[in-house]
Amino acid sequence: MQEIVVEALVKIALLIGGLMTAAAYLVLLERWMAAWVQDRVGPNRVGVPLTKVKLFGLGQPLADGLKFIFKEEITPHQVDKFLYTLAPISILAAALAAFAAIPFGSVLPSDAGIPGVEHQIDLVVAPGFDVGLIYVFALGSIAVYGVILGGWASNNKYSFLGGLRSSAQLIAYELPMGVGILGVVLFSGSLRLEKIVDVQAVSGIWNVVYQPLGFVVFLVAAFAESARLPFDLPECEQELIGGYHTEYAGMRLLMYLIAEFLHMVTAAFLIVILFFGGWHLWGLTGSGNEVTWTTAIMRVLVLSIKVLGVILFFMMARWSWPRFRFDQLMTLSWKVMLPLGLVNLVAVAALVEYQQAGGGTDWLAAAVMWGVAVATWIAAGIIAPLAGDNRPRNAGHDGMNTGLIP
Amino acid sequence: MKPDDPEIQWIEEPKLGLSGKMYLPLLIQGLTTTTRHLFSPKITISFPETRPKIENPLIYRGVHRLNKDEQGRVKCVACFLCATACPAHCIDIVGVESPWPDREKYPESFTIDELRCIFCGMCEEACPVDAIELTSLFDLTGRSREEMIFDKEKLLSVYDQTKDAEPMKSQELGGTV
Repeated sequence: MQEIVVEALVKIALLIGGLMTAAAYLVLLERWMAAWVQDRVGPNRVGVPLTKVKLFGLGQPLADGLKFIFKEEITPHQVDKFLYTLAPISILAAALAAFAAIPFGSVLPSDAGIPGVEHQIDLVVAPGFDVGLIYVFALGSIAVYGVILGGWASNNKYSFLGGLRSSAQLIAYELPMGVGILGVVLFSGSLRLEKIVDVQAVSGIWNVVYQPLGFVVFLVAAFAESARLPFDLPECEQELIGGYHTEYAGMRLLMYLIAEFLHMVTAAFLIVILFFGGWHLWGLTGSGNEVTWTTAIMRVLVLSIKVLGVILFFMMARWSWPRFRFDQLMTLSWKVMLPLGLVNLVAVAALVEYQQAGGGTDWLAAAVMWGVAVATWIAAGIIAPLAGDNRPRNAGHDGMNTGLIP
Repeated sequence: MKPDDPEIQWIEEPKLGLSGKMYLPLLIQGLTTTTRHLFSPKITISFPETRPKIENPLIYRGVHRLNKDEQGRVKCVACFLCATACPAHCIDIVGVESPWPDREKYPESFTIDELRCIFCGMCEEACPVDAIELTSLFDLTGRSREEMIFDKEKLLSVYDQTKDAEPMKSQELGGTV
C-alpha cells in the first residue's frame, strides 16, 4: 500500500513539475510564434542570469516568473474577496487535477528494477482509471466555475460580460465535445485513455482514419473549450479589456494564465490520445505492455512530439483566423457541430456493427467514413447557417431580419 | 441614428460561393498565409547588435549639424529663419556682427534643445544658406537634460563627424552653394 502512495506522489511531482515548466516554455513558444508570424524577431535576449549568454531567449520564462512574483498583489476594494481569491485557485486546481487520468507515456518495463515496486509502472498518475475520460471531461467543465466566479466576484461590467460569454460558450461546446468523444468510446469500447490508445496501437489504425468527422467536431470543440483564438470571446482584449480576468493582477492572474495554457495542453493530449494514436507510431513503438527501456522512452517521446505538434497548430490557428461573432459561435455549436457529431456517432455505430458482423477490409470502411464526412460537410456548407448578417435593419429587407424593428 | 432611418444605406456583403461556405478552403488559405510568414525573413532587427540600414542618409531626419564652409567657418548667417520656422521652439541663436566681409552677421552662440526637437526638418527647409542640416544619426542618448542641449561647438563637431559619409546636401539636392 505504502509504495503505491509513494509511486503516485513521485508521478504527481514529476507531472506538476513538468507541466509548470512546460506552461512557462509554452508562453515563450507562443510569443515566438506570434513574433515570427508577424515578421518580427521575437524575445531573444534573456539567457542565463548574471551572464552574457543569451541562448536564443530561453531564460525568458524565468524572467517572466520573477516579474509575476514581484508584482503587487492588488485586491480592488469593490470585489467579493473570498470568491475573488477562490476563482483562480479553483480553475488552476481543476486544470491540474485533470492530468491525473491522462497518460503521459505508456508503461515502464516490468523488470525496471525500481526498489520496492514489484508491479509494472504505468506512466499515468491514476492507472486503471475506468472512467478516465469522463473524469477529464468533468474537470474540464469545472473550468467554467473559475471563469464565472472570477467574472462575478470582480464586480466589474467587463469581467461579468466575459464570464457570461464564457459560460454560454463552454456550455454550448460541451455537447459537441461529448458527442465527438462518444464516437471514440463507442469504437474502442472503453473510457480508459490507456485502453483507447491500446486499441489504436494494436490495430495500427488511428481513430482519425475512421472518424474524420468526429475529429473535426472534437477539434473545434476543444478550441472553444480552451478559449483559444478563433473562439476567445470570454477574454477578447479588443472588446472586453481582458474579460473575466480584467481585475486580476500578480500571482492570481498568473494562475489564470497557467490554467489557460493547461487547458490547451489537456486539449492537445486528448486530441492526440483519442484521434492520433497516443504514443503509437508505426514501426517505432510496437504495441502491448511488453516493453524495453528503449520502447518505453520512445513512446513518451512520440507522445510528447505529437502533443507539441497539436499545440503548435493551436498557436498557428491563433494568427490564422479571425474571431467568431458571438451569434456565429453559437450557430456553429448548435446548428453545425452538434448535427455533424451526431452523424459521426451514427456512422461509427454502423461501423462497429459492420466489424462485429465480421466485415473485413478496413480501407473500405475508412473510405465509407470519409465519404460520409465529406458529404455531411458539403451539406452543412450548402445550408450554411453561419453565413448570416446580424445587423438590425428595416422590416421586409430580407430573410435575415433579426427582428429588432418590426 | 436608428436602424430605420431612411438616410442609412445598407451595404450587402458579397455572397459566399460554395467553396467559401465550405470554410475549409478559406481556413487553408489563412493557414498558408501565416505559415509563409512564419518562415519568411524578419523585418525587425536585434538593435544594438545589428544596425538598421538607412536607405538614403541625405534625406533622413536625425541629429542636427551646423555646416562649415571651405575656410572652416560656420556657414550660418544668424538670419533666425530656422528659429522662426521651428514649431517646437528649440533653436536659440545669439547673432552678432560678423568679423568677415562677406556677411553681416554670424551666430555667437547657436543652441538646439534636442529634447524639445521633433525632427520635422523645418529648420533645414528654412535655411537660406544650407547651414543647418539633419544627419542620419538617430540613436541620440544622454544622461542628463543639460547634455542634450547641443551648443555651436557640438553641432559643428557633428558636421566633422558626418561630413564624409553625408556630404552637404546642397550639391545633390539642388541647393544654393
